Parts: sequence; structure tokens; C-alpha cells
Amino acid sequence: MDKLAIELCGIKLKNPVMVASGTFGHGEEAAKFVDLDKLGAIITKTITLEPRQGNKPPRICETASGMLNSIGLQNKGVKDFLENRLPTLAKYKTPVIVNIAGESAKEFEELTKILNKEPLVKGIEVNISCPNVSKGGMLFCFDPRATRELVATVRKATSLPVIVKLSPNVTDIALIAKEAENAGADVISLINTLWGMAIDTNTHKPKLGNITGGLSGPAIKPIAIRMVWQVAQAVKIPIIGVGGIMTGADAIEFFLAGASAVQVGTANFVDTQAPVRIVEEIKEYLDSHNISHYKELVGKVTA
Amino acid sequence: MPIQEKCRILDHQKVAPFHFKITLVSKYISSHAEPGQFVNVRCSQDYDPLLRRPLGVHNVNPEEEIFELLYEIVGKGTELLSKHQVGQEIDILGPLGNGFDINKDKKVAILVAGGMGVAPLLYLAKFLRSTIHDPRSIHILIGTKTKELILAEKEFKTLTDNVIVSTDDGSYGKKGFVSDVLLETLDPRTIDASATIYACGPKPMLKAIAEIAFQKKIDCQVSMEARMACGIGTCLGCVINTTKGYQKVCDDGPVFDAKEIVWTS
Repeated sequence: MDKLAIELCGIKLKNPVMVASGTFGHGEEAAKFVDLDKLGAIITKTITLEPRQGNKPPRICETASGMLNSIGLQNKGVKDFLENRLPTLAKYKTPVIVNIAGESAKEFEELTKILNKEPLVKGIEVNISCPNVSKGGMLFCFDPRATRELVATVRKATSLPVIVKLSPNVTDIALIAKEAENAGADVISLINTLWGMAIDTNTHKPKLGNITGGLSGPAIKPIAIRMVWQVAQAVKIPIIGVGGIMTGADAIEFFLAGASAVQVGTANFVDTQAPVRIVEEIKEYLDSHNISHYKELVGKVTA
Repeated sequence: MPIQEKCRILDHQKVAPFHFKITLVSKYISSHAEPGQFVNVRCSQDYDPLLRRPLGVHNVNPEEEIFELLYEIVGKGTELLSKHQVGQEIDILGPLGNGFDINKDKKVAILVAGGMGVAPLLYLAKFLRSTIHDPRSIHILIGTKTKELILAEKEFKTLTDNVIVSTDDGSYGKKGFVSDVLLETLDPRTIDASATIYACGPKPMLKAIAEIAFQKKIDCQVSMEARMACGIGTCLGCVINTTKGYQKVCDDGPVFDAKEIVWTS
């Protein structure tokens, strides 16, 4: 396993394959199928300060090699998370990273302070990129200054590693990434979903109850690769690549583009074994290419 | 507890113009699936279509370690599934969800199927017949648009004589909606409020059945449908509106108490 172990902003990972927020519940739901101890890290579904009921259904629709979702950050709030969800993960060795969202910088700050006291939480992923909520979310990630101020606020509120998850729905991703880095982010993760829409040609109505949603799955991988590559040129902090990873080869592509780790998202809906299989496939790739550690691949794309 | 496994196709038959019955080998699913549960089927080896397709368990035979699914071609996924040959393997996740809550105290069971709604109800009928019910106390109502879309009639008739078939256009059986046939069947001289209605079919039909059940004060369980991704409760994509707020069809359902559904949404 040495070929895959890594320390990312002080978090020790046995491999660089994490499960992306929102695609794995809070871990326990998926534990029926996957040995959680085989994962690099678990990133829990976004939690907010107060419970959120989420968006009006239908919330998902399939598109070519992908899917749109408009869940709208449905969750029971941080209190329920700490009382009922987080403790179920205590029996696993895999680090838990908690994904958070808020409608204001104040809410992010408050959530961060609460989580900062939890020994089970090894890192915080700041979701400033959800396309499915009207307040917060993308309001921050569109604006370099708002990004900087929010990340600085979260940074001040915790000693835990801060991962900032960026939206692809911006004109200059490198600029936003740099602002996050300057404001004290330890890691950048990208990309969140692409803002999309689909229409039913029989009813002339949008296929999602929320009208628009976030596109994920293999369809978005080339965009994610491009953005990871661009951000890797712009920042010095590590990058976690996310977007359409279905196989070990997809993960390798992200490493080459400049990602130090990856998150598997939509693939979890298709194949419950996806993250564990991807770890195995990365190992096979390293063996067959005589590579002693996957880190040798990071950023090694040659033009 | 569900599992993900590759199941071999033992048989695959076209049973109506766009309808197929597939028999799959699985020791685990055939012995663990409960009536009303479903499996999530990967129809493509590729990424298009990407998501699995949820299909209700139609029949099980634990002795022979097989189970059946009945499905209609409605899009790319089911079209691809229909091309699968006997001997091939399919990736199946299941059994999933909460099935019908079979109340053993109730003496009379009324099963109401609209169109593809027969799929989970055949297994339910078989289960009721083998465990608690006298065949005379099981009533089965099957409604479809037209004659060629009637499915599983023969199989239901081996379980009870009380099978009433109706078609919207009157081309076979009684003419009219299955909900109207239900009203006739619910003659207070034969059936009282101690019955349970189990229904599966299109939403407008389930709504009509739920209204009748509510008026007659009869317990009613409905099997709901929604676009689904994970099938295991993690994505929160398949919610429907209920009196308890949004509930997941995949693991709070797919079977719900009809009184809990907010039908107007």
C-alpha cells in the first residue's frame, strides 16, 4: 500500500481515493456495500447549521453520460449530524472530512467553530459551489473577493485543514483558486457540478422541479481535467480532482493534470464498489508501469 | 441487507409488444427479497445510459434460486436490457427498499394493479396465498389501457378465482378504469373495512384508489415510483412529498401508506 499512501495537509491517507460529498450519504448508508476502511477519506454530505428540506422533486434526470441533480442540500443540520451521524463513523480508521455550506459567512464561521471541537473530524471542505441553492453557494464562488473573505473567515475559525471546493461555473477558475490560496486554504478541490438544464419535449416543462441543476458524471470529466490543470499552474497548495471519475485510468488522468488526490462521486450511484475498485486499478497501473509511488505522476502531463 | 452481484440470465421472454420477463439466477436475492421490494439493474456496460434502472421483484423461487422481473421498454436503459441474451450476466443491486407491510390480522386482501403495476403485485399475491390467505379472500384487479397490455393474468388466476380484468377501451374484461371496478368490488356485503388494499400503477390511478380507500376507511398501501440514482438512500434524488415531508422512494418506500402521500404535488 506504500505506493498509495499520502499525507495531504496533515491528514494521513492510505490512498488518494476519497468519496465526494453528496454521493455517499454520511458514510454509514454505503457501509453495507463498501468497506469504509479501504477508502482514502470519507467526505460527508453537505451539512448546514439548520436543517434544510431540499428542493422540490423531481430532483434528478439522466443526461448523455451523466446526470443533473437539484437536491438542494437536504440535510438534518449540524446538531443531528453530531448526535446521530458522525458517531457511526467512529469505528472506522478512515479520516472523515466534513463538507459544509451556509447562506452567509457568519453561518460558515459558526459551523466551522462547532466542527473544530470534534476529534473525529479531520478536515473541513467548504462548499462554495452548489448550483442548487439560491442563497450562499455560488454567490461566493463567482466573486474573487467574496471567496477570499469567506475562506479567511473559515480559516480563522479552525485549526483543522481547510479544503475549498470550487465551482466550474466561472470564467477564470485559476483566479478564484488563487484567492482561496491567499486567504489560507490548505487544499483546493474541484470541480463541483456544472450548472445545467434539461427540458421534456412532450410536456415542454423542465425535467427538474428546481428548473436547473448540477451536471455530473463522465460527461464533465474533460472540463474537470482542464480546470485542475489550469489551477495546478496557478497555486502551490495541493489539489483534489473531482469530476466524472469512473475508473483507475480516470484517476491517473487527474494525477497527471496536477491533482494530488481524487474524489469519486457519481460513480458511487452506478457501482457501489467504484471507489474500492478504482484504488485497485490505480495499483495495477502503477505495477504495470513500474512506478514506485503515484505521486510521481502528479502534474506530469507533458505538452 | 442488499448486495451487488452479477446475475446470470436463465430466461428472457417477450410477453407483450413492449414488455419482457427476465429470469435471473441469484441464491441471495431469491431467498431475501420481500414482496414490494425492488432491484436496481445496470442495463449498460458503458456510460450511456449511466444510471441503473429500478425494477420491482415480480416473482421469486428460492428453491431454484431464481427471481423474475417484468418490465416495459420505456427508454434507452430498458431497450438495452431487452437485448440481453440468455446466459449473459447483469449487474444487480438488491433487494432494495421497504416492501408491503403484510398485516396478518386482516382477512381480506385487495390487490389493484394498473398497467405495469402487476410487476410487484404478483409476488405479493403469491406470498399472501402461501402464508395467510384463503384464496377466496384475495381479490385481484388488473386494469390496462387495452387488451394486448394485460400481463400476468394467467399467473394471478392460478392463485385465486377472484381476478377481475378491465381495460379502458373495453377490448377485454370490464370496460373502464380499475378504480371504478374497485368501487364495485368494494360492495359492503362482501368486503368490510377490515380489508387491506395493496396498489401499484400510474400516479393518477393510485390517487383515485387512495381516495376510495380513504372514503371507505380501508387501509391502503401504495407502491410509488420516482426517478432514482443510487437506490440505497444516499443521493436523496428520488424524494416525493408526504405528510412527513420529503421521503425517499428508494429506502423510505417504495411502499407507503396511501394516507401519507401528498397527492397534489
